[in-house]
Amino acid sequence: MRHLLSPMDFSVEELDKLLQLASDIEKNPDKYKHMCEGKKLATLFYEPSTRTRLSFESAMLSLGGNVLGFSSADCSSASKGESVSDTIRIISCYADICAMRHPKEGAPMVAASKSSIPVINAGDGGHEHPTQTLTDLLTIRSLKGRLDNLKIGLCGDLKFGRTVHSLINALVRYKNISFVLISPTELRIPDYIREDVLEANNIPYEEVENLEEAMSSLDILYMTRVQRERFFNEDEYIRLKDRYILTKEKMNYANENMLILHPLPRVNEISVEVDDDPRAVYFKQVQYGVYVRMALILTLLELV
Amino acid sequence: MLNVGSLNEGFVLDHIQAGKSMLIYKHLGLDKLDCQVAIIKNARSNKMGRKDIIKIEGPLDIVDLDVLGFIDHNITVNIIKNGTIVDKKKLTLPTTVKNVLICKNPRCITSIEQELEQVFILSDKEKEIYRCKYCEEKYTDK
Repeated sequence: MRHLLSPMDFSVEELDKLLQLASDIEKNPDKYKHMCEGKKLATLFYEPSTRTRLSFESAMLSLGGNVLGFSSADCSSASKGESVSDTIRIISCYADICAMRHPKEGAPMVAASKSSIPVINAGDGGHEHPTQTLTDLLTIRSLKGRLDNLKIGLCGDLKFGRTVHSLINALVRYKNISFVLISPTELRIPDYIREDVLEANNIPYEEVENLEEAMSSLDILYMTRVQRERFFNEDEYIRLKDRYILTKEKMNYANENMLILHPLPRVNEISVEVDDDPRAVYFKQVQYGVYVRMALILTLLELV
Repeated sequence: MLNVGSLNEGFVLDHIQAGKSMLIYKHLGLDKLDCQVAIIKNARSNKMGRKDIIKIEGPLDIVDLDVLGFIDHNITVNIIKNGTIVDKKKLTLPTTVKNVLICKNPRCITSIEQELEQVFILSDKEKEIYRCKYCEEKYTDK
């Protein structure tokens, strides 16, 4: 039995196979619509998330399966003080696979160690968000046609932005990848990514504060939201939240093939006027998220 | 000159960086042992200038050498039998350290999950960096 706790849990070959399956699901959805009949997905969401939870549910329903779960810690036995270890042992009796989002980093790893069903990390604190990474990879692969030879700009909250950490982890395994890390000093990438991932793999990267200057050379611009829930200090959040706003004017600095990705939800870091730009692919990205989660469920349940 | 009686059977932790002996005392749980333990602080050393030494009466397996290796793998462990050194143990950096360090990341699952082991993994041997197994936060007090 396998779990997905980090994008690194899959080798490059396994990832390629998974993304290929997701692309096939996109082209031939009917082929897969009964594959999970009789199977149940438990969505264990200890903190609010509309998009990821519904994406998982949509994926399972599209495969003919069923879903059960909770959408905040208040609605679960965690509010009574139950441990993650106990909860997962119980959920293992109710479902065939589960997706867990938890505000505490490493919670899905604890769950996986006690679980008798596959556990998918649907986001743990500021740590990892591997299914968003799979979504990002599928989006890039589908729209750029490759995952190598890319210069990727990551902009915004690179400190607490788990989607950014997971994406870097996954992309460094492909050839000729480089990064431009665009953030205020306070929200720079954590040292465990800089030292253990970028420097350890000799990946070219630069850390800058100016978005406009960085844009012209990028193949991908990955925007992120400054997340209020990651700050212990509200003043600090308010000071940093409007630092980067991508506008129609700023898009003039970008080349014509640059794609804008965003893990969503967006607050104000991308102006609504940018949505109509053909380079803005963050809503397509949401659809790819469903396909890749379908592929992941099928893979972990060993149905393909 | 301070005189501390020599050991007949036991082991001596030598070349401890001056000032670190109490940290070792705490992490090895030496306060829980019934045997004789002598701590010598700021002993003169040709090699180190000043050093700490800990002498422990008893078999070597009463302490966790991985913990000792984590704190300082340059410490020499001299095994004493019948009053003389019969063996010297070389310490290495352990790949895993269990229930010695506590993760200080308030967002880590170890901060709330009951009876969860505190596990740190060696992520960079050269820089001697350990990270929490669960949240990957770097241990910074080494």
